[in-house]
Amino acid sequence: MKIDEVPQDKGYLVKGRISDLSYAVGNDGKYISRQSQGWAPKNEAMSLAWDVVYERAENARNLVLAGILSPVAFYMELNIMDVHILSSYTGISKWKVKRHLKMKNFLKMKPEVLSRYAEAFKMAPCELSDVNKIREVKIGHEN
Amino acid sequence: MKIDFQHKQSAHCENGVTSNLLNYYGIKLSEPMVFGIGSGYFFSHMPFYKLNGMPVTSFRVLPGWIFKRVTHRLGIKVERKKFTNPDSSMKELDDLLNKGIPTGMLVGVFQLPYFPKEYRFHFNAHNLTVFGRENGHYLISDPIMEHIETLTYDELVRVRFAHGTYPPKGRMYHITHVPKNIDINSAIITGINKTAKDMLGIPVPMFGIKGIRFLAKRMRTWPEKYGQKMAILNLGQVIRMLEEIGTGGAGFRFIYAAFLQESAERLNKRWLNDVSVEMTATGDAWREFAVMAARCFKNRDNANITYDSLADRLMYIADREEHVFQQLKDISVR
Repeated sequence: MKIDEVPQDKGYLVKGRISDLSYAVGNDGKYISRQSQGWAPKNEAMSLAWDVVYERAENARNLVLAGILSPVAFYMELNIMDVHILSSYTGISKWKVKRHLKMKNFLKMKPEVLSRYAEAFKMAPCELSDVNKIREVKIGHEN
Repeated sequence: MKIDFQHKQSAHCENGVTSNLLNYYGIKLSEPMVFGIGSGYFFSHMPFYKLNGMPVTSFRVLPGWIFKRVTHRLGIKVERKKFTNPDSSMKELDDLLNKGIPTGMLVGVFQLPYFPKEYRFHFNAHNLTVFGRENGHYLISDPIMEHIETLTYDELVRVRFAHGTYPPKGRMYHITHVPKNIDINSAIITGINKTAKDMLGIPVPMFGIKGIRFLAKRMRTWPEKYGQKMAILNLGQVIRMLEEIGTGGAGFRFIYAAFLQESAERLNKRWLNDVSVEMTATGDAWREFAVMAARCFKNRDNANITYDSLADRLMYIADREEHVFQQLKDISVR
């Protein structure tokens, strides 16, 4: 890569806060480094990954609103977690987490268990159990 | 309290932390030098080791190895620790800072507040240096960032004790002793030898040059085996591992080329310059591969780039890299 080929395709990197440092060949053939503001193929790969997350969250939302899955399932998807990661953040065993993904078990959940999930999702327990809030959560790219 | 520590941005976090820490102790090594001496260059494709439910493709050695190898090869003594209790890990950190010792550590990026949201996946092998504490905030030198950042006690605990694949468990490390005479030249040779040996000689298909061919072979079967949708996601994961912060694969090829160029001068071996040019070409080939793959993401339904043509590209890259390391494997000080 030549120094003037270092890509500056804006996407997810923000100038002045976060940038990539790239090494490239200068005009005299010597390597130098230069900051890059992003690269289109990389941006594409990133949006692909996030689209999957958003799609899964959207599916979960529909199932929560239909009364099948619980809010825990929705926020788990939104936080890109799976049962394993959620279990280690909350300290609740995996088989119990799996149960709590269902609405009928969620409704019977003790307040202290609820607050552990809320803490893992960095929200208040009352927010977590508020199904209306889930209807309003915006899913998708910010920019 | 604040240690007089110089923050410098780098392409890759572990290179950066290592280079910045060495610099603090008076050893000036560029990022490419650290990467080369530490034998950071590698390739592996591990279908049984999963991230986001898909195989991991890695373009570098395991986290922590670069720091370990560089310090070992230069005769520098280090101390590393991991913890079960967050409070005791923070107490140890405070003790080190009070003694004026900048401390490197492993963190998860998911809850790292100064990272853009889009980068916050559950990736637990990010490195940074803590070099002070002011008004209840820890001063952070994160090599990915342009400037110095700060974290509160609670924020730092959260990232040090992140969960998921390869949890950091508060791992931290610092330099305890630096010898008077450091032989950088022989460390360079050791580093190159090790990388060449690993790229050419591991008798398992998943690693080194064989690993690139292995990925190519498997990639041909993806659409049939996984269906179009999952095949695209698998390809997306490869490109993210190739280009994302902290794992940059094509970037690593350029860093290595820079390392070879710098070594050519230091060791007075002109021929290394030619190998460096070849290395640059493989980096460019990886970038072309990424461009081809990205075209698939864009037209997800009717991409006219086939997995076969992507695999052919990988086979070509494997041949190029093989040629590079065949020239490097017998390098010696003389």
